Amino acid sequence: MTNSVNEVLDAELLFVIGSNTTEAHPIIGNKMKQAVRNGTKLIVVDPRTTELATMADLHLPLRSGSDAALINGLMHIILREGWEDREYIETRTEGFEAVEELVKKYTPEVVSAITDLPEEDLFEAAKLYASHRKAGIFYTLGITEHTSGTSNVMNLANLALITGHVGIESAGINPLRGQNNVQGACDMGALPDVYPGYQKVTDPASIARFSEAWGVPVSDKLGLRIPEMLDAAVAGDMKVMYVMGEDPVLTDPDANHVKKAFESMEFVVVQEIFMSETAKLADVVLPAACYAEKEGTFTASERRVQRVRKAVNPPGQAKQDWEIIVAIAEKMGAEGFDFLNSEEVFEEMRSLTPQYAGMTYDRLENERGLQWPCPTLTHPGTKYLHKGVFPRGKATMVPVEYKGPAEHVCDEYPILLITGRKLGHYNVTTRYSALLDSINPFEEAEINPREAEALELVEHDTIRVTSRRGSIVTRVQITDRVKPGSMFMTFHYRESPVNELTQSAFDPITLTGEYKVSAVKIEKVEWKDEQYEDEIHRFKRLELLTH
Amino acid sequence: MIRITIDGIPLELEKPINLLEAAKLVGINIPNLCYSPELTPYGGCRLCLVEIEGRRMPVASCSRLAEDGMVVRTNTPQIREIRRELLNLLISNHPMDCLTCEKVGTCDLQRLCYEYGVTTPSYPYDPPDIPLDDQNPIMVRDQSKCIKCGKCVRVCREIQVSNVLEHVGRGFSSTVTTAGDRPISRDFCRMCGQCVAICPTGALTNKEFAGYRPWELKKVRTTCPFCGTGCTFDLNVDVKNNRVVGVTACEDAPINGTQLCVKGRFHTDFISSEERLTTPLIKKDGEFVPASWNEAINLIATRFGEIKAKHGANAFSGLSSARCTNEDNYTFQKFMRAVIGTNNVDHCART
Repeated sequence: MTNSVNEVLDAELLFVIGSNTTEAHPIIGNKMKQAVRNGTKLIVVDPRTTELATMADLHLPLRSGSDAALINGLMHIILREGWEDREYIETRTEGFEAVEELVKKYTPEVVSAITDLPEEDLFEAAKLYASHRKAGIFYTLGITEHTSGTSNVMNLANLALITGHVGIESAGINPLRGQNNVQGACDMGALPDVYPGYQKVTDPASIARFSEAWGVPVSDKLGLRIPEMLDAAVAGDMKVMYVMGEDPVLTDPDANHVKKAFESMEFVVVQEIFMSETAKLADVVLPAACYAEKEGTFTASERRVQRVRKAVNPPGQAKQDWEIIVAIAEKMGAEGFDFLNSEEVFEEMRSLTPQYAGMTYDRLENERGLQWPCPTLTHPGTKYLHKGVFPRGKATMVPVEYKGPAEHVCDEYPILLITGRKLGHYNVTTRYSALLDSINPFEEAEINPREAEALELVEHDTIRVTSRRGSIVTRVQITDRVKPGSMFMTFHYRESPVNELTQSAFDPITLTGEYKVSAVKIEKVEWKDEQYEDEIHRFKRLELLTH
Repeated sequence: MIRITIDGIPLELEKPINLLEAAKLVGINIPNLCYSPELTPYGGCRLCLVEIEGRRMPVASCSRLAEDGMVVRTNTPQIREIRRELLNLLISNHPMDCLTCEKVGTCDLQRLCYEYGVTTPSYPYDPPDIPLDDQNPIMVRDQSKCIKCGKCVRVCREIQVSNVLEHVGRGFSSTVTTAGDRPISRDFCRMCGQCVAICPTGALTNKEFAGYRPWELKKVRTTCPFCGTGCTFDLNVDVKNNRVVGVTACEDAPINGTQLCVKGRFHTDFISSEERLTTPLIKKDGEFVPASWNEAINLIATRFGEIKAKHGANAFSGLSSARCTNEDNYTFQKFMRAVIGTNNVDHCART
């Protein structure tokens, strides 16, 4: 996030696109609802009628995957009407002319045809966003989990830049991060192209720096990204995978391909807190401590680094993840892994990570966390980014052409499937909480009353959902939250593993899967006991809990 | 500048704030049961009555803004007598099962009765005939213990913006309940539990804390392990049994304050799940067999060494984790880069 969570409360306008905030980020969602209650304007762009959409001044239920066209259309209107911030564009950006040229052809008429949105709504959205200074953009994976994900993000930046919305309070471009520490894992260099602090692995200066700090020469070759690793495994070139706390078999797209990759490798080690679907395919499974059994830090979306503290001992012989890695490293004869506690790891990390250099455990304790960049011990941290100047001087705008999603509905697969989260669960871990699972014990695929009527379905009937890649069964919830011709499922349930349906069409730059658009067909199936044993078991548990 | 005097202490205010907050500034805590600085003042419990010089009747300090020249008295014999009578009225319409009430120790009504020496109700008790609402996994609603302070109504409306609860009826027959007087259910409630957390009596209690006395639990401040918002809260630990019992919010949490969602507040039973992995496992003939750490680490180090010698470092890949700590992630990527010698390290950032 360029800005901080609590700045939502003072915003004049919230532009929420591809984010079901009240379910996926409930506390940020609360703050948005509080702001709206106090008069903040709200635009929600989402094919579904989410809770926020029902409160919005303007809800734009666009056709899935048409985001780039929509944003270009909004910029077209803003430039046509002269609502852009010329001074900001001239002093703080470069590349504006190319964007201006490209969006010329995205007239309201053209965009309305692509997005299925009325021209008046496009005009209203452009006007609302451009005419409010404290106007923040908020997005999540509804923007990025497309074959055009990277372009979508760049295009949101274009929109924010031409209207001068970056570098001021209660505005900016704010990706709400999906995991507790996805920000931190990126900051720590758990990426194939960068060291901690986004120092490029191909940059001679960083190679020299890390070789010296770690006392071994490091590779100057770019690493592989997850889908490339999996492809290399299927091709026979990847022999080993060491997995810490991830479950790609359940959560990566096109699960059958992922399984094949794991089965093709010579040696797989999985470090986990539960026997995950991925762990089942491992040669060695190592028991890890969970967050309540660990000392350390997480970095939140607003770049705030906060402490994690040990409350209980781990079960059995489970150990903290970094301790397990240290044990393997030392057994392999490596030096430089003699950390006595998590604070020593943090100290080494901050000596090599400029954004974290001014943070210590003491400061995090006394100052209730710190927001990076925090380069020195006296620096107070950074509430919002890009005030006055961008790190690279001027922000570069790159024009983004609309390209449709990789898959479209057709006669054979007439329903568009969107995937995401629901309020009561978080990925897969919460299924292990009997309490949380009792609130949402099974998948309830959202379908529109039109489809329900056609298939003679009533609430909680069972359907088979089939895509070009796989076929699963699920119960249904009948609701007009989804448009006719589309449906929504979550990825929380291994009994209804939705990623057997999603496609491994990827964004060309990040290789993010297009989880948000799959063409499927649905049919009614009858309940058979043996097929749903697991679900029935959970039902029984639910009954016990509630009676 | 507004100049006022509270219990003889002079105070200067930049802008008009309510007298209850103004008193806090000079270290005076005016008792109350329905006030929270986060919520719209309600003036329902009347316990925060104070005397203002020159006015005939006492006023509710939560709902009266400071005005220049005000001379305020918060603790006169007359005020104390009014508070005693108000508490007497409240406990006269309240079950006296404090010995076994789940709220004991954290009940504001109990605390104030103790402070004001109100021991026995003087009016006859006519218990209301409202069944317990405990058909949900998170809370027990016992309307007989509700003092109609309306904090739950306001916290649901103003903080969680869910509007699940409302005052219904007048006088003795008034209740706080849901639309259609239905039991709490996920159909219309987000189950965040903030109403339970703010309830000053035993009317709303957290099922997870049933059977634990608050003074038996140790609080450990930490950061939520789910979405990327970065909420901080206190884990409540039964140290003797090495068990996290539940979660309480902490006002000074920088991002979330007193707010939590259903996952943040009610997830902790997964920590002590029977399904947790407790020992290293090595697959032999397709079956996992428990192993010692030594065996497991030896096997991994040996196999890593062999495969690296045969196929090179780039035949290795590592998946780090957006769920693990910064320290875990730093150590993981250092291991892949410095010990294995490859940049093939990634995690689910893009998904």
